[in-house]
Amino acid sequence: MSVKTLTIDGKMVTGMAGETIFNAAWEAGIRIPRLCHVGGVSDVGACRLCLVEIEGQKKLLAACLTPVEEGMVVHTNTERLRAHRRLILELLFAERNHVCSVCVMNGQCELQDLAAEAGLDHVRLRYQFPKLGVDTSHERFGLDHNRCVLCTRCIRVCDEVEGAHTWDVSGRGARSVIIADMGEPWGQSESCTSCGKCVQVCPTGALFSKGRGVGEMRKDRRFLKYIVTAREKHQWIR
Amino acid sequence: MDSLTKKPRLATVWLGGCSGCHMSFLDLDERLFELHRRAEICASPFTDYKDFPEVDITLVEGAVTTAEQLEEIRHVRRRTKILVSFGDCAVTGNVTAMRNFFSVDDVLDRAYRETATQIVGIPSGNPAVPRLLDRVRPVHEVVKVDYFLQGCAPSAEEIYRLLMDLLDGRTPALAGRKFGS
Amino acid sequence: MTVEELFELHSEEQARLRRLENRIYCCTAAGCVSCGAEGLRSAIAAAIKAEGLEGRVEVCGSGCLGLCSKGPLVRSAADGALYGELPPEEGALLVRPNPIDRQRLAAKRLDTNAPFFARQLKIVLANSGQVDPERLADYIAAGGYQALAKAVTEMTPQEVIEEIKRSGLRGRGGAGYPTGLKWELVARQPSPVKYVVCNADEGDPGAFMDRSVLEGDPHRVLEGMAIAGYAVGAQQGYIYVRGEYGLAIQRLQTAIKQAEREKLLGNRVFETGFQFRVDLRIGAGAFVCGEETALIASIEGKRGQPRQRPPYPPESGLWEKPTLINNVETFANVPPIITEGGDWFASIGTETSKGTKVFALAGKIAHTGLIEVPMGTTLRTIVFEIGGGVPGGKFKAAQTGGPSGGCIPEQFLDVPVDYESLTNIGSMMGSGGLIVMDESSDMVDVARFFMEFCMDESCGKCIPCRAGTVQMHDILSRLTRGEGTAEDIRLLEELGALLRETSLCGLGQTAPNPVMSTLRYFRHEYEAKLASGGRQ
Ligand SMILES: Cc1cc2nc3c(=O)[nH]c(=O)nc-3n(C[C@H](O)[C@H](O)[C@H](O)COP(=O)(O)O)c2cc1C
Ligand code: SF4
Ligand code: SF4
Ligand code: SF4
Ligand code: SF4
Ligand code: FES
Repeated sequence: MSVKTLTIDGKMVTGMAGETIFNAAWEAGIRIPRLCHVGGVSDVGACRLCLVEIEGQKKLLAACLTPVEEGMVVHTNTERLRAHRRLILELLFAERNHVCSVCVMNGQCELQDLAAEAGLDHVRLRYQFPKLGVDTSHERFGLDHNRCVLCTRCIRVCDEVEGAHTWDVSGRGARSVIIADMGEPWGQSESCTSCGKCVQVCPTGALFSKGRGVGEMRKDRRFLKYIVTAREKHQWIR
Repeated sequence: MDSLTKKPRLATVWLGGCSGCHMSFLDLDERLFELHRRAEICASPFTDYKDFPEVDITLVEGAVTTAEQLEEIRHVRRRTKILVSFGDCAVTGNVTAMRNFFSVDDVLDRAYRETATQIVGIPSGNPAVPRLLDRVRPVHEVVKVDYFLQGCAPSAEEIYRLLMDLLDGRTPALAGRKFGS
Repeated sequence: MTVEELFELHSEEQARLRRLENRIYCCTAAGCVSCGAEGLRSAIAAAIKAEGLEGRVEVCGSGCLGLCSKGPLVRSAADGALYGELPPEEGALLVRPNPIDRQRLAAKRLDTNAPFFARQLKIVLANSGQVDPERLADYIAAGGYQALAKAVTEMTPQEVIEEIKRSGLRGRGGAGYPTGLKWELVARQPSPVKYVVCNADEGDPGAFMDRSVLEGDPHRVLEGMAIAGYAVGAQQGYIYVRGEYGLAIQRLQTAIKQAEREKLLGNRVFETGFQFRVDLRIGAGAFVCGEETALIASIEGKRGQPRQRPPYPPESGLWEKPTLINNVETFANVPPIITEGGDWFASIGTETSKGTKVFALAGKIAHTGLIEVPMGTTLRTIVFEIGGGVPGGKFKAAQTGGPSGGCIPEQFLDVPVDYESLTNIGSMMGSGGLIVMDESSDMVDVARFFMEFCMDESCGKCIPCRAGTVQMHDILSRLTRGEGTAEDIRLLEELGALLRETSLCGLGQTAPNPVMSTLRYFRHEYEAKLASGGRQ
């Protein structure tokens, strides 16, 4: 496999042919904000937080989906990108009901962290206050739609890693919701193996383990790395 | 903040919040003395005042939930040079705004009828009971806000730093704060 | 069918038609059907029977005759006259009119020399109203399938592509990508399996150009697709048509069956090695499924959601195979280009935009309906000459490109309508919807209407479009209620830039266009609506 050399934020970086800009940057210690991407499952390019500027390209491209190319000059943190990211985060906070102070993920949430990194200290858009439910029918886990950012990580890990494909999206636009099987309560899902992978990859407080109070939920994605390493390198190491 | 020459005038206001932010303010403890040396505390829920005075800095706790508070915050804004949204309820609406999922009528029913045991019935026509707005709103949705101090509640340390920054004429360093924590 | 048989059938059917004393074409497109075309048609059929004229006078259905606002429309072949708003009893008079009947009919006769007809140039719609869409023989009599015969028996695939390139044809689905280049991209792929897809999802509110073509001349689209299949090396085609188009679906099914029976589709087309099949796929009415990657997902049986391009469909499309996707109108242009030659086509239109464009006129305009004009015709000609102007009012703006386009104010009435000029003034060609507004239109409300459409149709995959359209719609609603602030206008502009630059697909990227263009040309209307008290 051939090696490509490119420049990211003024730094010379190398990546394998086919590798994404996101991964090449990550390996070089450059952290591009991301919400829908999670290492170990396929990418969908949905959150648009990882958009980067590539010299000679008019369009902004998702780093998580764009392969590296020889001689590419990439900027990941321009004023324009920062402004877009801030506004995308504002959109997310206004879209559903994020009451961090009473959320199981308070303090550990990826959305909170992204907002803090972006210097977001208030939301200029109107909060929409949609009426959404919490599905607590599963014996061990819960799904709080109020906190869901529709990143579809849960769908992909359940489909691609666990092989159950319990989750999917129903409805479209702002009416999109995550559903189990054909829309039944999670606890009645026949496909769910209760493996908990979806809970662990969920970036927010949307998927949680029962019995956790405010700020008590911790997520652990090491299992994904373990599986991916096994799959790619045939080594069962933690 | 070169305009703050003499002893700057400070106020705090309590709208729709649980008073936790003010409790945190009181957690300044002995630093309250320092604050007293640096600024004149002109109005707050802890002090007695008739009309809100002209001040340099106001910290606002809580979201705007009643018609009275809406009037009040507009009045405060007119009389304040620097207005700070103080804590998550002021900044986002937070828990206070969770009543926005229901209509005002449903909220009142729940509070004064369904769960009441002693005096059952919605108080109406009583001027002491302010009219609830259709929806609870963060402060910046109704007046211009200059700085936002997130947190539920912000720690005494953060309040102290913010006030010192303002009193020293620096732009407050608020970066990296999170909603909620 | 061999090429010889095709030409034989062509002459036979033409001779048969010449022998008829008259043939009466009743428009059976959706517009006329909704104002009684079927009753009219049966009245004429009954009159023919009653007069014992079967075999001498014929009545048939036809595609759109254009002036939909005067429906039901009828064309009488004997004298070429066109009649509008005919009640069934008057229609019956057409069969064997006496002098008194003639006088009565004269009142309903439409002037085909009027600019509405005279300023049009029909290539795509040439057969519409001239052939019975349910009869293959009609299409063949009009020269149908001769282009396919020529392509597969006389030309190499590369020559077909060269002809399309020479014609300068660009995609009519909205973006205007050069069709010849797209075909070449697909042809160049080494894959043995490739697909041709016809995009007949037509979801713009008020647009019915593709629908008219499918209803009025379905074989034309099949022929265009088959030529494309030959050129790019595909053996399978799909037409993705929206489920609401019941009549179009039915006519396509009939046409496919007819073409298969006559071996114009299927194995060994014109006894050559070329084989090509066409199947229908019915959409469920989501606007986003017109976007090519969402359309592909939908045909594959998945949720109709777009994905990032590249890879573009010519490289990796349906089931990851090289796929050619073109719009209905694009395919309909192909047969005449092959028969008449690319140079002929390129002689029509402007420097960068060749041929004609079909528009659906709607809104505050005298003649609503379907028109086809050479590219480069000015908006003034379209609105005031062909469209007959703005009844009882003053022209304010025209919206082209539907919810993805923008409004064009009066000062640009003389801009030639082509891809580049429209983009330069902040609108776009789009698929051909053209809505005229007079001074009673509230431009903020117009922008709100289109934003509501995009909000409802957003697939929800990416955040800027899913949540951004909601916020933009929220602000626009506030403005129309007189509750907006100057800060709201700033936010509207910021959100507009966000959606344009960061949305995943064209829906979100173009959703701000109506807002941006009304802000550009009618900003004072926004400002006049601001709440007096500052922040509310
Ligand atoms: C939201 C959206 C809706 C679209 N709808 C249609 C449609 O209804 N019909 C169509 O032909 N193209 C539509 N397109 C354009 C297609 O993606 C594609 O560009 C087109 O079918 C290509 O054909 P052409 O090159 O012949 O224009 C749409 C694009 C977007 C972004
Ligand atoms: S999911 Fe994250 S952002 Fe949302 S309420 Fe919980 S902690 Fe806050
Ligand atoms: S627990 Fe496992 S099987 Fe069940 S939904 Fe989550 S990932 Fe799928
Ligand atoms: S439940 Fe969690 S992982 Fe699934 S889409 Fe929502 S936020 Fe993403
Ligand atoms: S821009 Fe809109 S329609 Fe397109 S992918 Fe994003 S959410 Fe879906
Ligand atoms: S991480 Fe790339 S689009 Fe979400």
